[in-house]
Amino acid sequence: MKAYFSYFRMRLIHSLQYRTAALAGVATQFFWGFMEIQLYRAFYSEHADAFPMTLSSLVSYIWLRQAFLMLFNTWTFEGELFKSILDGNVAYELVRPADLYFMWFARTAAVRVSKTLLRFWPILLVAFLLPAPIGMQLPPSTGTFALFMLSGFLTLGVTVAFTMIVYFSCFYTVSADGIRAILTPVSELLTGGLLPIPFMPAFFQKIITLSPFGAMMNAPLRIYSGNITGIEAGKIMLLQLFWLIALTLVGMLLQRRGMKKLMVAGG
Amino acid sequence: MIKVKNLTKTYRVSRRDAGFWASVKALGKRETKTVTALDNISFTVNPGEIVGYIGPNGAGKSSTVKILSGILTPDSGEVTVNGLIPWKHRKKYVSDIGVVFGQRTQLWWDVPVIDSFELLKDIYKTDDAVYRRNLSLLTERLDLQLLLRTPTRQLSLGQRMRCEIAASLLHDPKILFLDEPTIGLDAVSKIAIRAFIKELNREKGTTVILTTHDMQDVEALSDRILLIGNGRILMDGAFEDVKKIKPDYASLDELAFHLYRRYGITGGEA
Repeated sequence: MKAYFSYFRMRLIHSLQYRTAALAGVATQFFWGFMEIQLYRAFYSEHADAFPMTLSSLVSYIWLRQAFLMLFNTWTFEGELFKSILDGNVAYELVRPADLYFMWFARTAAVRVSKTLLRFWPILLVAFLLPAPIGMQLPPSTGTFALFMLSGFLTLGVTVAFTMIVYFSCFYTVSADGIRAILTPVSELLTGGLLPIPFMPAFFQKIITLSPFGAMMNAPLRIYSGNITGIEAGKIMLLQLFWLIALTLVGMLLQRRGMKKLMVAGG
Repeated sequence: MIKVKNLTKTYRVSRRDAGFWASVKALGKRETKTVTALDNISFTVNPGEIVGYIGPNGAGKSSTVKILSGILTPDSGEVTVNGLIPWKHRKKYVSDIGVVFGQRTQLWWDVPVIDSFELLKDIYKTDDAVYRRNLSLLTERLDLQLLLRTPTRQLSLGQRMRCEIAASLLHDPKILFLDEPTIGLDAVSKIAIRAFIKELNREKGTTVILTTHDMQDVEALSDRILLIGNGRILMDGAFEDVKKIKPDYASLDELAFHLYRRYGITGGEA
């Protein structure tokens, strides 16, 4: 366990070095969130009742999504990991007395956490200072906040387990570019990254909610603002736990099977 | 003790003719060929030996090292190293070995070398005292004082290779696999690395298996030579025996040339 934690820590300090990238990210994410909220405000000013979320819930959803973008998105991959499978550097990972799957899991989680540590607080700080209705609101209760945190951890796990499947698909396909090109827009839509899931057609919502994509950022962002409460919150977190386990098992299976047919050419 | 018996490993290699139409044809039907990298290889290595594993490019040297270090699974044959089967008991087994791939890197690119070492300490669960002792010994012998606090990306190849070798030895492995450790290095670095390996073997009794194209490595280090060509072990003997093939050789490379020719080795099939 300590080995994986050290691996996590190593990657964490490694990517905490990139301050300029973080600053640029903060500016972009803040601006994006701000513009998106202006857009929704225009719609809401016509028919506030016609929407499935209250404006203040939606505003909190957007600010949180922007602040935790690097933690919860489905499209951040480490080029180095794909490269090490393709060029054979993965050989060095395989001579360690540790499990490749969990080493990379720790590493992928660490990249997300470190990028987020540099970015989330300036965005949230400004978002809280902004006046209503475009400012960020506190959660309705401390209990809600606790659920939000727990659900956030689960989301990180589910999202990382999902990206691990993409990494290990590289054992089978030579290049993961195709899979990434398809998954990036599709998963962005299905996780509620473009449009919160309650805004989608009812039938579609049911399917997504049960899918792994509904068990990602959708859960904590809606729990925070009180859009999902009580029994529903418990249910969605159970689904998160289920998908965390299921996706992890799939990823481990892909890795184990891939290693049997692995060729480390050259060198 | 390393025991290898009837080891065989094949790869599938796809091939097609040059040009546009050949690539269109390959869309429908792929032509693949099975290449035998290792063909029924057997040998034994005793503890404390330094074995030079030589042969031309594509002969099967790296495949052997990768099987012996638990990375690849062979098609058939038996391998036991101190009673363990490398690819079956991988996690347990690799704690006892150190591996250096001369053409790859195990150090983290953007952080000082010492950070990579600390991580390896945790991954191998190396005892604090053992780690500190090895670190100071390796720092002294490989002259790493000034390198440890430098990010890997700013090291020269020779400096990096010294750090790579140190990284593979921090956990006190009983067996060290060196896959082309002197590739691309200048004379000073090569000689420093050879002297270090020799010392390591003498003082700690570490078994060393070395693959290389550099006959000077072999001459300086190996008590014993295994010659592999076209997937087979062609010769197993002392360096002195090799010299008898052409006693009046002008250079070690010429000697290798005559050695390869005598055993009819081509560059390996592909």
